[in-house]
Amino acid sequence: MSMKITHEIKESTIIITLDGELDASSSVILDEELSDPEIMKYSKILVDCKNLHYISSAGLGVFISHLQRFEDAQIKLIFFNMQDKVRNVFEILGLDLLMTIVSNYEEALTIADE
Amino acid sequence: MNNVIRVNCSKKNLKPIRDFVTEYLEPLKLSDIMMNQIVLAVDEICANLIIHANQEDPSKYISLAIHKQPSVLKFEITDNGVAFQKSNYKEPNIEEHVKVGKKGGVGIALVNRIMDKVEFSTNGSKNICLLYKKIK
Repeated sequence: MSMKITHEIKESTIIITLDGELDASSSVILDEELSDPEIMKYSKILVDCKNLHYISSAGLGVFISHLQRFEDAQIKLIFFNMQDKVRNVFEILGLDLLMTIVSNYEEALTIADE
Repeated sequence: MNNVIRVNCSKKNLKPIRDFVTEYLEPLKLSDIMMNQIVLAVDEICANLIIHANQEDPSKYISLAIHKQPSVLKFEITDNGVAFQKSNYKEPNIEEHVKVGKKGGVGIALVNRIMDKVEFSTNGSKNICLLYKKIK
């Protein structure tokens, strides 16, 4: 599998760490992770993209398909530590305007607590 | 340098295709962003052909050939599956996708925005997709 997903829980926050490449093959496991009903217990989902080296439309599609559900439940979804080349893919579709992408973990925590 | 790769229609072969494109383009010293965009556009077309045109049938194959012209890269991707109907294609409204929770349908939009020219044609049972990218 070209994608490894781990998570860490801190009270009402879940930090999801993506390690590898999210393509049409590997994005299935991300979808399973975000579809888990347990995730709705948290009010903040922080996604660490430091080791996310690649994302295709299939990976973007997983986030697109869950975004409204999280917003409706007032769950904040925040991406941080994203590599420039990966952020560029979000920007090509204008997703950087619809999703919250910040530079680092500290900034993600600040935004999450607003 | 070998400029052709042929793989069967399994999603697992997307990674080897990306690695092939990356390796082929390495000597061109493109920026990280440009390299990633080109690899992405080829990956999107190949994923569509493997999943939609050939229903992930492992007995079917797709081929990619890369042609380097002085200031343009040309990618030729061929298969024998169901031809892509460009006339049926509609640019996605991303905000609408978010609203209804739609998972797919943004791949071709990425390809169109990244590449300088995108062509689809059919010759008998063979479908040909040509992608052109200016590099200078």
